[in-house]
Amino acid sequence: MTDPLLSVRSLSIGVTRGSTDPTLIVEDVSFDISKGERFGIVGESGSGKSLTLRAIGDLLPRGVEVLAGSIRYNGTELVGMPRSSRRKLMGPEIAMIFQEPMTALNPVVRVGEQIAEGPRRYLGMTRAESMARAIEMMAKTGIPDPVRRARAYPHELSGGLRQRIMIAMALSCDPRLLLCDEPTTALDVTVQHQVLRLLEDLCDDSGAALAFVTHDLAVVNQTCTDLAVMYSGHIVESGTVREVLSDPRHPYTQGLLDSAPDFDRPERPLIPIPGFPPNVASRPSGCPFAPRCPFVVEACRTAMPPMVTVAPGHGAACIEADRISRELVAR
Amino acid sequence: MMSPAELLNARLQQRRALRSRSIKPWYRNGALMAGIVIVGALVLIAVLAPLLAPYDPIAQDLRNTLASPSAEHWLGTDKFGRDILSRLIWGAQVDLRVGFLAVLIPFVFGSVLGAIAGYFGGWLDTILMRIVDVFFAFPFYVMVIVLVFIFGSGEASIYLAIAAVSWVSYAKIVRGEVLVAKKQDYVTAARLGGMSHGRILVKHIGPNVLSQAIIYGMSDIVMDIMAIVTLGYLGLGIAPPTAEWGSMINDGQEFITTQWQQATIPGLMVVVASLGLSFLGDGLSDLLSPERRK
Amino acid sequence: MTMPEAQPLEGRPLNAEPLAVDPPVLRVANLAKSYDLPTSLLSRIARRGDKATLRALDGVELQLNRGEILALVGESGSGKSTLAKILVGSTAATAGEIEYHGAPMPARRGKDDSRRIQMVFQDPYSSLNPRLTVGAMLRELLVLHSIVPAKQVREESKRLLNLVGLEEDALDAYPSQFSGGQRQRIAIARALAVRPDILIADEPVSALDVSVQATVLDLFATLRRDLGLSILFVAHNLAVVQHLSDRVAVMYLGRIVEVAETAELFRNPRHPYTRALIDSIPRMSAGSVTEAFQLEGEPPSPFDVPSGCRFNPRCPYAVDACRTTDPVLETVAPAHLSACIRASELTELAVARV
Repeated sequence: MTDPLLSVRSLSIGVTRGSTDPTLIVEDVSFDISKGERFGIVGESGSGKSLTLRAIGDLLPRGVEVLAGSIRYNGTELVGMPRSSRRKLMGPEIAMIFQEPMTALNPVVRVGEQIAEGPRRYLGMTRAESMARAIEMMAKTGIPDPVRRARAYPHELSGGLRQRIMIAMALSCDPRLLLCDEPTTALDVTVQHQVLRLLEDLCDDSGAALAFVTHDLAVVNQTCTDLAVMYSGHIVESGTVREVLSDPRHPYTQGLLDSAPDFDRPERPLIPIPGFPPNVASRPSGCPFAPRCPFVVEACRTAMPPMVTVAPGHGAACIEADRISRELVAR
Repeated sequence: MMSPAELLNARLQQRRALRSRSIKPWYRNGALMAGIVIVGALVLIAVLAPLLAPYDPIAQDLRNTLASPSAEHWLGTDKFGRDILSRLIWGAQVDLRVGFLAVLIPFVFGSVLGAIAGYFGGWLDTILMRIVDVFFAFPFYVMVIVLVFIFGSGEASIYLAIAAVSWVSYAKIVRGEVLVAKKQDYVTAARLGGMSHGRILVKHIGPNVLSQAIIYGMSDIVMDIMAIVTLGYLGLGIAPPTAEWGSMINDGQEFITTQWQQATIPGLMVVVASLGLSFLGDGLSDLLSPERRK
Repeated sequence: MTMPEAQPLEGRPLNAEPLAVDPPVLRVANLAKSYDLPTSLLSRIARRGDKATLRALDGVELQLNRGEILALVGESGSGKSTLAKILVGSTAATAGEIEYHGAPMPARRGKDDSRRIQMVFQDPYSSLNPRLTVGAMLRELLVLHSIVPAKQVREESKRLLNLVGLEEDALDAYPSQFSGGQRQRIAIARALAVRPDILIADEPVSALDVSVQATVLDLFATLRRDLGLSILFVAHNLAVVQHLSDRVAVMYLGRIVEVAETAELFRNPRHPYTRALIDSIPRMSAGSVTEAFQLEGEPPSPFDVPSGCRFNPRCPYAVDACRTTDPVLETVAPAHLSACIRASELTELAVARV
């Protein structure tokens, strides 16, 4: 097997501001993304999924830092790399798509110019070449009338078109890894469908890998090949989408599946997860899900359970992972 | 809907959450406490002036002018032989009274007008905002000095002049806050609850918008004390021989090389008072802004 | 959990006279709302440029039956939130009529009129006054409307909190001490305090985490069952709608384009837009997605509504007649209305796998 494109090992992220004892938001997170893979990171608000993604792109907010662990891209360690050389990777190697394109686009620069900037800077294109590239990328992302639209300012475009502009911008330098932070959450359902299709197609064409953060399991099911489920700063389950969603071994993954309505099974009652996620500052010792877990045993409250392999390529951080599978079958 | 066990669990969670999310008590707020201590001490000095001051602040002793600090006169005497410590203590009374009162009138007037304009909008709002713009076009001190000149010097005309100029700030601040607050869903909910506009404005919007005006008011007291000092310097302030820090600085600066304490110590008092009021404003802004969790 | 007995209209006779056939609790006909956007002063002086008119609602027909949960679905800009605001009376309609229990609702609602239709908002953070404790908030409403005698106000507040699954100690707490899901429960308790018979819920779970959504959805179902509330549930998540509602109304660009019972609508959609919405839902299992209903483009701007059928520029089924005739909402099957001239040609969907 070849080396993965991105390898995250024991990553911890925390707030360091104002105290000698940092508050950990993401703890001991490890995963690999290989070339062309579409990797989903699923979790609720506060699970640390967005910060994990931002750490890869070196886009952590002020006061939040990588405290430990490593992020290796194509064999190169990114943690501790000087900011200037790291910035050189963003664009030609790694690109990012945000939830709200309006905040990521420059409001006073025409969108065509914004797309052209990357190819000009990183691929050494001339002005004319880079504008042609921008229009080509806009056409590729399904923007009607790209020549005219290239002269528009971001505020003149609809939400769906702006998101396409962001995608065109991100893909303009042929990156090998595309980071997506809830790219369709702000969009309408028909437009979300179009954008997800587009992302899949473009990644298939260019062979780029996708790291896709979302709270919606159905979106992951449609878009990704592999996934990791995060809860309270930890990865609690990971594996292929097919494996994890059909045979969830962590009670949280199971709870997420049971609590969300499934369009294809309207008669199924929704089973909410009781309680709510712990506050980051006062996380309980042991498994963070223990206070809400229906399968909790005494040992859960003492130490964070290690990730165990329950099937080839399928891991769950639960000491009862085997029993949970049996109980699922029994239901 | 939920099984009894789940319900119990959810309720335990709620109870724990209610405890852990409780708000920091006010006495743990450093800036607020510092402000209360400093301003409280000044107010105490002002109120107890008749007891604290060793001498009559306006009694002249022409045989003992410009005395250096001594056991009898801790801070010395001024050019008319008046005890500086006593004048300083009595001055606290005058300056704080004028400062607070000069803020109170425009605060009430400006806030009410601003709230009504912001809430109801329309022509009332348009007219008020034009007036505000006109007032903002003139520098604060110029306006105050002109008005005091017109009204004639004296404490009452100082209140009037400052009120006439500074209500616009309160109107503008409160109007802006009301414009934001009235779009909040809780205001719509109150309307759907059948509440009158007056009740919504006073009970639901008011408490959410006044904090900004109160915080501004604290810094405005400092401004007003400065204004009084400035007016005193120009001879338009509180009529002599009343003890007042501004006129003391003015009187003392002639002798800055020989008797430095005459101007410096009242100046220091102004600084201490400003500091205390700023702390109080900071602390209040912490206390009054509800923790918006999101 | 047991529900304390509660009749929403206890001891309060309705305005409407009893009719032989139960009229819908709420009916709107030909409802329209347009906004004239102010043009810039300069162009007004120069008398250039027409006034821009935004048609948020344009001929909306809808009825809400007693004790049902009716879902109103549509994309952003469809006017569903505007409709909700008009129904609760916080915005006035430009034209059209609203009937409450068969009698016209006055344009300016009094205290008692507005009491009957209450709202639950999308954002549980801005919908609660941060400076009022939960108890103070409920007390004000209970006293203002004399719902219970003064001595029983605290008792009634506790009952309301229990009704939405919260404990009594919430009474003395401020909204900031609660999570999003709990805040939404408090907002529901507030709406119920004045004993409405209609609840308008504007995207009440879309700001909540998935695991919390389910409990709030269940709460709506419980309230409908135990209090006999009629609920209009505005949403964009079709899986949620399918789970909760009895009937569904689909809105597109300011008009209702299809109404049917939930199961019927999702199995047998008779409007191409509904069909496209269904095919766009991200699915947990491989669905019955057909390429024929992949929509191109986005909803047109409500400033510039297309002539003919408003869906025609995006419709894979559009024919010439669609560009000229504006179809009306007609019965295409029992209790199934659609505004499409080709409704009868749309085939039934493959039955969802279970």
